[in-house]
Amino acid sequence: MQLHFEDERPLFIQIAEQIEDAILSGVFPEETQIPSTTEISVSYKINPATALKGINILVDRGIVYKRRGLGMFVAKGAVGKLKNRRKEEFFDNYVSKLVSEAKRLGFSKEDIIKMVERGFKE
Amino acid sequence: MKGLSVTNVTKRFGDITALDRINLYFGENRIYGLLGRNGAGKTTLLNTITGRIFADEGSVILDGSPVTENESNLSRIFMMSESNYYPENMKVADAFRWTGEFYDSFDRDRAVELSGRFGLSLNKKIKSLSTGYGTIFKLVTALSVNVPYILLDEPVLGLDANHRDLFYRVLIETYSENPATYIISTHLIEEVSGIIEDVVIINKGRIIRNEPRESLLSKYYCVTGHISAVDEFARDKKVIASETLGGLKNAYIEGTPDKRSMPEGLSISRMDLQKLFIQLTGEGGNMQ
Repeated sequence: MQLHFEDERPLFIQIAEQIEDAILSGVFPEETQIPSTTEISVSYKINPATALKGINILVDRGIVYKRRGLGMFVAKGAVGKLKNRRKEEFFDNYVSKLVSEAKRLGFSKEDIIKMVERGFKE
Repeated sequence: MKGLSVTNVTKRFGDITALDRINLYFGENRIYGLLGRNGAGKTTLLNTITGRIFADEGSVILDGSPVTENESNLSRIFMMSESNYYPENMKVADAFRWTGEFYDSFDRDRAVELSGRFGLSLNKKIKSLSTGYGTIFKLVTALSVNVPYILLDEPVLGLDANHRDLFYRVLIETYSENPATYIISTHLIEEVSGIIEDVVIINKGRIIRNEPRESLLSKYYCVTGHISAVDEFARDKKVIASETLGGLKNAYIEGTPDKRSMPEGLSISRMDLQKLFIQLTGEGGNMQ
């Protein structure tokens, strides 16, 4: 996991996204603990306030919740919630970028559909 | 009032005005980055804050009373600096004991533990330490002293990449467990960029920027693309700097980009702190 300081998104958003990625890929299953603010800030070498801000985004979205005295845990249903949101964003994040790059390179719609089919086979 | 206030501080050395009417406030338990080029006035400012040198004008107030006139204030603030004030024959272990005499809050166990992590031998004489280990000795002291205001002047001087990495981790650990106000003066801006919350930029004895890192960085962005497209896009905008590579151009622009109306072929990236610093303080910079 790595942060990109020149990324146009602020660090705390990147932190939130990377934890979401880890939840989606099963690194942190539902009802298990995620690393503490201190662990996250030490490992990324960022200010603890920034790490906390990132985690708070996940709290607001209902992805993680606080267990008093224990730390932050992945909420039940978090994976489903994340998938739904990412599905909604899929067109903007991937399809529209794919199409604009395809146009720049001179690919036809059919070329792209063929490639997508190949992608699913591999 | 809690916090460290620097009010209208001016310091002259002969004809040179090293600090020119400095006004700053350092709040409790925040990490500040004090950034400036060589000779900008960083060390003079830190020395003035800790009462090592006296300002010609102005005052430094710590938690409500002048820092230099109050014995208890001086034990609430610690400065780690490039110069060494320890007797040269003193061993590391003795220096820790000595620091404990001056600072009740000094945690010797912590200092010994950190020395172990950095590979600093307690039996070595301070004068025999290499540049890197001399810095490590001072860092270990600063990170074990447990006072509310800790000033670090060039904390990574002479440290290799591994030791710098360890220092940043230990700094964050220490800050998380025992919050304090840290003022870090460094040239390695990229490395501390994520750690500092607030940025103070000093240039030629004057404060030119003083605000949270996020808000400072959100005021600028970088546009990349074909020269003509970038020039067309930037025509009605405030460009603080630009660079070209063949037909490609980067323009650094003040303001917030409207991502929905970006012309085809242009891409936006975020300004990073080091780039911004160079533009603000560099030769030919027009942002004084």
